[in-house]
Amino acid sequence: MPEIFGVPLVALLGQLMLGLVNGCFYALLSLGLSIIFGMLNIINFAHGALYMTGAVFAWIALDQFGLGYWWALLLAPLTVALLGVLIERGLLRWLYALDPLYGLLLTFGLALVLEGLFRYRYGVSGLPYAQPAAFDGAFNLGFMFLPKYRGWVVVASLLVCFGTWALIEWTQLGAYLRAATENPRLVQAFGINVPAMVSITFAVGAGLAGLAGVLAAPQTQVSPLMGTNLIIVVFAVVVIGGMGSILGSILTGLGLGLIEGLTKVFYSQASNTVVFVIMALVLLMKPAGLFGRER
Amino acid sequence: MKLRVLGYGVLLLLGVLAPFAVYPVLLMKALCGALFACAFNLLLGYTGLLSFGHAAFFGAGAYATGYLVKAHGLSPGLGILAGTAAALVLGLIFGGISIRRQGIYFAMITLALAQLMYFVFLETSFTGGEDGIQGIPRGRLLWWINLENDRTLYYVVFAIFVFSFWLIYRIIHSPFGQVLKAIRENEMRAISLGYDVNRYKLLAFVLSAGLSGLAGATNSIVFTFVTLSDAEWHASGDVVLMTLLGGLGTIFGPVVGAFTIIGLQNQLAERGGSLVTVIMGTIFILCVLLFRRGIVGEVAALYRRVVGIRAG
Amino acid sequence: MKNTFNRMILAGILLLAAGQLFSQTAAPGKISGDVVKLGVLTDMSGLYSDIGGQGSVVAAQMAVDEFGGKVLGKPIKVISADHQNKADVGANVARQWFDTQGVDVILDVLNSGVALAVSKVANEKHRIFLVSGAGSTRLTNEDCNPYTIHYVYDTYATGTVTGKAVVEHGGNTWFFITADYAFGHSLQDDTSKAVTAAGGKVVGSVLHPLNAPDFSSYLLQAQASGAKVIGMANAGGDTINTIKTAAQFGVSNKQTLAGLLIFISDIHALGLPLTQGMYVASAFYWDLNDDTRKFSKAYQAKTGKMPTMVQAGVYSSALEYLRAVKAAGTDDPDAVLKQLKGMTLNDAFVKNGKIRPDGRMVRDFYLFQVKTPAESKGPWDVYKLISTVPADQAFQPLSLSRCPLVKK
Repeated sequence: MPEIFGVPLVALLGQLMLGLVNGCFYALLSLGLSIIFGMLNIINFAHGALYMTGAVFAWIALDQFGLGYWWALLLAPLTVALLGVLIERGLLRWLYALDPLYGLLLTFGLALVLEGLFRYRYGVSGLPYAQPAAFDGAFNLGFMFLPKYRGWVVVASLLVCFGTWALIEWTQLGAYLRAATENPRLVQAFGINVPAMVSITFAVGAGLAGLAGVLAAPQTQVSPLMGTNLIIVVFAVVVIGGMGSILGSILTGLGLGLIEGLTKVFYSQASNTVVFVIMALVLLMKPAGLFGRER
Repeated sequence: MKLRVLGYGVLLLLGVLAPFAVYPVLLMKALCGALFACAFNLLLGYTGLLSFGHAAFFGAGAYATGYLVKAHGLSPGLGILAGTAAALVLGLIFGGISIRRQGIYFAMITLALAQLMYFVFLETSFTGGEDGIQGIPRGRLLWWINLENDRTLYYVVFAIFVFSFWLIYRIIHSPFGQVLKAIRENEMRAISLGYDVNRYKLLAFVLSAGLSGLAGATNSIVFTFVTLSDAEWHASGDVVLMTLLGGLGTIFGPVVGAFTIIGLQNQLAERGGSLVTVIMGTIFILCVLLFRRGIVGEVAALYRRVVGIRAG
Repeated sequence: MKNTFNRMILAGILLLAAGQLFSQTAAPGKISGDVVKLGVLTDMSGLYSDIGGQGSVVAAQMAVDEFGGKVLGKPIKVISADHQNKADVGANVARQWFDTQGVDVILDVLNSGVALAVSKVANEKHRIFLVSGAGSTRLTNEDCNPYTIHYVYDTYATGTVTGKAVVEHGGNTWFFITADYAFGHSLQDDTSKAVTAAGGKVVGSVLHPLNAPDFSSYLLQAQASGAKVIGMANAGGDTINTIKTAAQFGVSNKQTLAGLLIFISDIHALGLPLTQGMYVASAFYWDLNDDTRKFSKAYQAKTGKMPTMVQAGVYSSALEYLRAVKAAGTDDPDAVLKQLKGMTLNDAFVKNGKIRPDGRMVRDFYLFQVKTPAESKGPWDVYKLISTVPADQAFQPLSLSRCPLVKK
């Protein structure tokens, strides 16, 4: 059995593979966060809760309405995006004139409310969500069995991430969104509905979180705590990647997933902390992040 | 002036009589929370720095004290001092790293450092990991005062709280405190006036960290155990809420906020644990949207409007 | 300002001295507070909630109703609280219950970490604590105290009985996936000893946080170890997730999963296809005899589920407590404790149960195997009895006890 630094290659590759899967979730979530921060200058602490909401909607769709996984994949992100619009229009809009820290505090409170509501209704132990039958079984990669579903997660996440990036960077809508958030007055003078652009931006970010939630549902427990476990790591990813750089968030998310997987093999106790150590270092040396521009 | 002395006197009297009417352990929890919130307010309300990782200092104080008192038989008084010292040191290290950045970046870096600390607490053996440190002996203060008795311990905790509150009061009303307020209002102008702003911010951070550690250390003696909840980021969020609800930048705000929140949590704990989170979150949202001055701030504004006197 | 400060210091010192004079004394009487209060402290909404939770409260109430609702002429009341699997929350509830609500006995407490904290409070306040849910053997060894009775099972019993059975059937190399807290460590230790004693070998282990969201990386390590058996030193939601994830990764092709603490609620949640053939050590099964069937059917009528051994244990501990109060003629903890420790316990849950000086309640234990779907005739018909392990073999011998209360 070939070994690297005393660890069997098989084990290493296996953990890297799992790390890649985790990295996809980091990428998806930090993409949404980055869009919201980059364009609206709001730190959305509720992002983890929106992710959790997506997963719970998928479960409710199955449990109450008999709508399966593929329906959930379409409907849950839309529902969460709608929720995002409500949040933005109803709550955040009043805070734009103030210090951005108030936005952070409001979304923090919102996260508590969402988590508390779902916990009250469904408990903490987690709701089971069945894997879609199309993905039963596993690919035999030689060094490990990769469940087909996790393979699908990687493919779907990468598609969505790079698709969104393309949308923002290369399409006209994306151009409007970027312009509206960089210089709202000027853009409004051109006749573009800036408040609508802002809402759409937030909705896109929220929808991405919801989508991540549906993707996660079959593989982890659908639990009110699933967002809180993840959100702080995702913050770290966004900060390292560069708050506001979309490509930066995607690449950093994937990269950090891999680094985490690597750490699990060699020194598993540190796998939780490695992200934060990197974040502290990056903030000290290049506060705008690896790919970011200083605001 | 006389009115203020009378006011403080009444509050002191209330504090002295309280354990006869209310469960002393609950009061002590509220006092530790109030101390934590006052320490936090020193940084946020008076210096304008939002730290999202203060639980690290509370936890450091609690774990240091708990470990030294239980495993090495230190007396509770020395234990609390040691815990405070540990938090001061940690504050110096974390402050040194974070102070260089402002605003949101500062908040994020404090959050990251606190998470780092949380995992350090989780992994190291002396903290007992998920089990925490349990059965910390309360012992005797100064070889004579028996802290096993809840009411006696209450007076000790009350004394610690009053002392710390007085300390914060002195800090705020000193020239140092004035510079902090200047930094909060307009950092650029303070720099242009020649103040070494980073030095002042760091000192405020360290003081805030130390007092948070004192709150944590006292907390560990009161409850005779320390668990990871003391260092979790939920605790950081709690203290932000207490300060916000009570009133940022007011001296009594955090105390009011702490007592309100802890009282609420206690009342609601029986009925439904999860609803507490919902209510906390809702209060947070309402405070940020409508109630930014907090309870004390709103009351003071009302008073000023009604009576027309300038409150200090 | 200095004057005021000095005055405050003086006032403080005087108060400290005065405070010494006021100590809390409990008013003695036949029945304290004219009511006997049973406090069920459990995990209401977390990963262990199906094992105890609301079911434990129902079970306690069933015991009260069976007893007649009154003892020594005074009413009996059952109150409950959720400790959320947090030791500080549990200990604070216990403290508050004892100090301000006159609770006479605490029951259940599913989580070992919480149980350890609560047992210290119970010892401090001199009140009885009948532990039905927690497993850590520390409760009757290093952390034993006169007021804590470990009632239903412990990690020695389940770990030893299961471990020995699996090794005897060929599973002689083990890898543990362990919940990283008191209970998990305890279970891994006790099972490892049994495995080695039976001729097996432990090749490795990995720790996971309580309520871990994803078990894939731990299972990958287990697979890489090449051990024949993967021992799951965890419980409740964690075990369920380990088994589910293992199914996704095709673990059972080459390795066997051994559940070291399994409850009927887990089997029901997972279904027979995933769990068939598993060995389960348990103190109770609804279909064991007429008494168990009678109690379980009544329980099922109230909750829609069959009771786990924890819930049945809460019922039994409540019932025996009330019997002891009646026999002692008072609810004074020391008198009731003396009575309990002298009684032989007999009810639907336990036959010939006895409480040892270390606080361990000992009785015969059972080894079951999960039926195949073909063998099962109903949704709860899941176990077949393999053997009955006598009390002196199931539990750690008193001679090996590390409890300071045990005189050797």
